[in-house]
Amino acid sequence: MSRLAYIGFAIAILFILAAIFAPFVATHDVAAQDLAMRYFPPSAEHWFGTDGLGRDVFSRVVFGARISLEVGITVVVISAVFGTFIGSIAGFYGGFVDKFLSGYVFNVFMAFPGLLLAIALVAFLGAGQGKLITALCVIGWVGYARVMRGQVLKVREYDYVMAARALGASNLRILFTHILPNAIQPLIVQASLGMAGAVLSEASLSFLGLGIPPPAPSWGTMIEEARQFFATSPHILLFPGIAIALTVLAFNFIGDGLREYLDPKQRRR
Amino acid sequence: MKYRFLNIARQLALMLLVIWTVVSLVTLLIEVVPGDPATVILGETATQEQIENFRAKHGLDRPAFFFSYGNEKGFVWNGSDNRYADYWLGLLQGDLGTSFRTDRPVRDMIFERYPSTIKLAIAAMLVAIGIALPLGVLAGSRKNSIVDNLASFFALLGISLPTFVIGPFLVYLFAVQLGWFSPTGSLYPEDIVLPAVTLGAALSAILTRMIRSSVIEELGEDYVRTARAKGVSERKVLFKHVLKNGLIPVVTILGLQLGVLLAGAIITEKIFNWQGLGLLLLEDGIGKRDYRLVQGCVLVISVTYIIANSLTDFVYRKLDPRIRLS
Repeated sequence: MSRLAYIGFAIAILFILAAIFAPFVATHDVAAQDLAMRYFPPSAEHWFGTDGLGRDVFSRVVFGARISLEVGITVVVISAVFGTFIGSIAGFYGGFVDKFLSGYVFNVFMAFPGLLLAIALVAFLGAGQGKLITALCVIGWVGYARVMRGQVLKVREYDYVMAARALGASNLRILFTHILPNAIQPLIVQASLGMAGAVLSEASLSFLGLGIPPPAPSWGTMIEEARQFFATSPHILLFPGIAIALTVLAFNFIGDGLREYLDPKQRRR
Repeated sequence: MKYRFLNIARQLALMLLVIWTVVSLVTLLIEVVPGDPATVILGETATQEQIENFRAKHGLDRPAFFFSYGNEKGFVWNGSDNRYADYWLGLLQGDLGTSFRTDRPVRDMIFERYPSTIKLAIAAMLVAIGIALPLGVLAGSRKNSIVDNLASFFALLGISLPTFVIGPFLVYLFAVQLGWFSPTGSLYPEDIVLPAVTLGAALSAILTRMIRSSVIEELGEDYVRTARAKGVSERKVLFKHVLKNGLIPVVTILGLQLGVLLAGAIITEKIFNWQGLGLLLLEDGIGKRDYRLVQGCVLVISVTYIIANSLTDFVYRKLDPRIRLS
């Protein structure tokens, strides 16, 4: 695997550990305000400085990892399971079912540009972590469904699937024991790229005030709060910004690295 | 010829079907608003009479769809006198309804802002192409050189840095420190530069990577060897042969990325206080819970994207005869 993929894994593990052990890693109480300590630059006491309410930025970035990864992992798992299910139905049954699903349903969900469907959903449903996850799953599952459909269409024609069918294996058995294991690799690639997308989307929606409401330390919300004071205290925006960039970068590295590793045609280049 | 015509007709039918579904989804989205929109907008202190007036004025007192299903009444057929049919009738006459807040036609509010969002998206695309084309060609034709590594690093940065980090940084550097542009607003023509660069950064990164790998792939083709063997200069090989073929896949990406640009414009417009559709959607629509306006904005942005995408698909087919046959 490429060096970049290893770097990606290292960064991802670092953030996951920080998220799991956040209460031990954080140096201060995330919610504790100290109005006498507003906009302090980084120091030995406050490693990343303090924000507009005198809260410790380092601790908030650490707890922000928790929110980001929690949302990211939930979104990836739910959309992967749902997308895989729909995609395998489309690929396995073919015919009218496939025409309806891949020709029509997939196209409808891809017809909303980027984040717009999530923004619209949250606008009508209201803000909150559960609703944010719902919205991101609604836009996320199509990617998995398309990958899965393509894989099933390919694997379906292989001889060993024919053999299994000849032996009298049921559709469900063929799907679970023969087709799914062969389609899992591209799904993992899609999942790591989807993780990067979900983290970025959560931050974007929170930045727009449509994600996780304050005072929860979401990286997007922190950046939105810090924006006006960038000229005088850039550190409040910089550290959550770097955290988002590193997380997104890490999962993109992992996704790209895995894709190259799993696809020998790309490895040669 | 007949086959091609059928193909275009099928594409068109699919596009109309998708637009119909998108409009229906957006129309019915208002039903998922928790509680009663009228109470949400008028506030807790509104009298029963005010609420009823509001509901009657915006048709909220009538059924949402052709049929409804409730716990008490079960399945009820409402007939054609419903809000869904009304919305469609209005749409076909170019009417997007009346704003819940300002009582102005939503269409007028949207089309006041529409040009500036499109201007921003096109400017961002030009910025992205302007950066990615030279960088991608340079990196691809000098694989593994310093230029290539620098371009790859730049591309990674552009992909992973969110717009809302790049934006404030650019404002700080070019508006606060250097004083070249104003930090926000859209008063002077040059005010578009910072928002366009912010919005186009991610796209330029994606394009750079695509053009690079496209150039590398094409340079390995037989026709390049033939051209070189004939003694064609390297510059001519690159610009007359390689780029012509290598840019075809880039065209599709441009079409697909327009959607990302239109959605990204919402964030960029917020950063720079750019008076476009995104800001209208965020501040006047979502911020003031003007659901009718939100519907209109989402609709106009989506339909723009669907039409642009279909056009790209059409251009792509024209450019690459191989796809036309299959």
